Amino acid sequence: MSPVASINTAAVAQFEQQARRRRRTLRNVDAGLALLAILVFLGLWEWVTASGYIKPLFISSPSRIAVAGSRMLYSGEIWPHLRVSLSEFGLGFGLAIAVGVPVGILVGWYRWAFAATNPFISGLNATPREALLPLIVIWLGIAIWSKVALVFLGAVFPILFNMMTAMHTLDQSLLQVARSFGAKDRQIFRTIALPSSVPFLISGLRIGAGRGLVGIVLGELYAANAGIGYLIAVFGSTFQTDKLFVAVMFITSMGIGLDLILRRMERRFEAWRPSHR
Amino acid sequence: MRGGLPKLQARDVSVMYFNDRTGTRTHALQDITLDIYDEEFVAIVGPSGCGKTTFLAAVDGLIPIQGGEIRISGVPITGPGRDRAVVFQQASLLPWRTVVGNVIYGLQLQGMRTGEAEGIAGRYIALVGLGGFEKHFPSELSGGMQQRVNLARALVCDPEILLLDEPFASLDAQTRELMQAELLRIWRETRKTSLFITHQINEAVYLADRVIVFSSRPGRVRAVIEIALPRPRDLSIKRDPAFHAYEDQIWRLIEDEVKSNVARG
Repeated sequence: MSPVASINTAAVAQFEQQARRRRRTLRNVDAGLALLAILVFLGLWEWVTASGYIKPLFISSPSRIAVAGSRMLYSGEIWPHLRVSLSEFGLGFGLAIAVGVPVGILVGWYRWAFAATNPFISGLNATPREALLPLIVIWLGIAIWSKVALVFLGAVFPILFNMMTAMHTLDQSLLQVARSFGAKDRQIFRTIALPSSVPFLISGLRIGAGRGLVGIVLGELYAANAGIGYLIAVFGSTFQTDKLFVAVMFITSMGIGLDLILRRMERRFEAWRPSHR
Repeated sequence: MRGGLPKLQARDVSVMYFNDRTGTRTHALQDITLDIYDEEFVAIVGPSGCGKTTFLAAVDGLIPIQGGEIRISGVPITGPGRDRAVVFQQASLLPWRTVVGNVIYGLQLQGMRTGEAEGIAGRYIALVGLGGFEKHFPSELSGGMQQRVNLARALVCDPEILLLDEPFASLDAQTRELMQAELLRIWRETRKTSLFITHQINEAVYLADRVIVFSSRPGRVRAVIEIALPRPRDLSIKRDPAFHAYEDQIWRLIEDEVKSNVARG
């Protein structure tokens, strides 16, 4: 509350600095161990192919993949495919957010909306999207829109359900406070429902992003003329294992990148949580 | 001292609950009649299940009453309103808002602009002893400090009557004593007409000008006891023989009901 005379502030500062340094050292050790584990793994991988135990045709090798990757980047052959996959994902995921968030809120907030839409939402959610794939291709063709639809179908339900759950699990004591202060429904929505739903939204987006990526690969493997998944199909059927691994790594990086963005968003909005400080 | 139009008039207030699942009807409150005057501090005590919190919710306008009438400064209530503000049993602060953000919540809901509300809030944050903690989040505050925010959030709305629903019940014993003394200090400075619900006889006697004793199921006014202890009251007054006499008197009034509650378990 106010400075206390009996406390030696210099000693406290020194203690805090030591604690910070210890934390930093620990973090560095962790990072070092992770790096070491990766290097050991890559070394083993290289060794089993170089020594002839497993043919490179099956599992390629880190050095071959690196060469193939730099060639693909240098020749530029990967970029048009990456652009196609990214735009499929961006459009489908954006559409899933644009539909899933408001519909989830509506369905969670109003009892009648839940009653009217629940059969469709539950039914569609229970239907494996893979089963709809041929139908989607008949409707939308093999260009990007069939994949946009797959990404959308994969991502929209986690987002929608999470927003619905957020509305269903609002803290009753906070609602009571708001009502006691004479809050109108619109004010309750803005000051309590929306802020409460942020963690649900973020986790919905994370699950949705994962499913969206699966949607891209699946759609492009099945019917496409461009995209990373299409490349995977081509490289696979022509036994170009090196290049296949490069393509897979691009999908992996997309997933990691998305998760990083979402985690940063979470930290930004959840600064008030003790666990986020 | 007790003149003019009462701040709160309750006339024959009755409340029934209907439990949909069990199909049973509970008579929570029966014919509650009481007046609370300007600048008065009134406490309601009673065994658990006597409907005291129900009565507070009815006065706040959060639950409908099945009989009687409640008036604030002569005006019958129809729902929650600016003339009343509640200090809740659980602090129930918005966890994503800082102390100042929580204190201005009620004002914002009434349509006041944020800047203006923050200007007013500063004074009340200082009043409840939280100066310097304006930017803290609730998770960074102790239970007692959270209840101070809860109190400031109600006071800042400048209601006609302050409704306190066992606000210190979930605090540890020492913090509770401290907060009781703090509440009296704040009450001395604001002179806010207050209705305080508690199950602790000791707390009621220490704080109130009058203690209203409820009986249980259905809740009725069993007795009204004037607490003629001098003010300002220091915590040491709790060791005064006169204080103990009031405690005994009230305890005898509710003893049987508490015992039968315990027997029913």
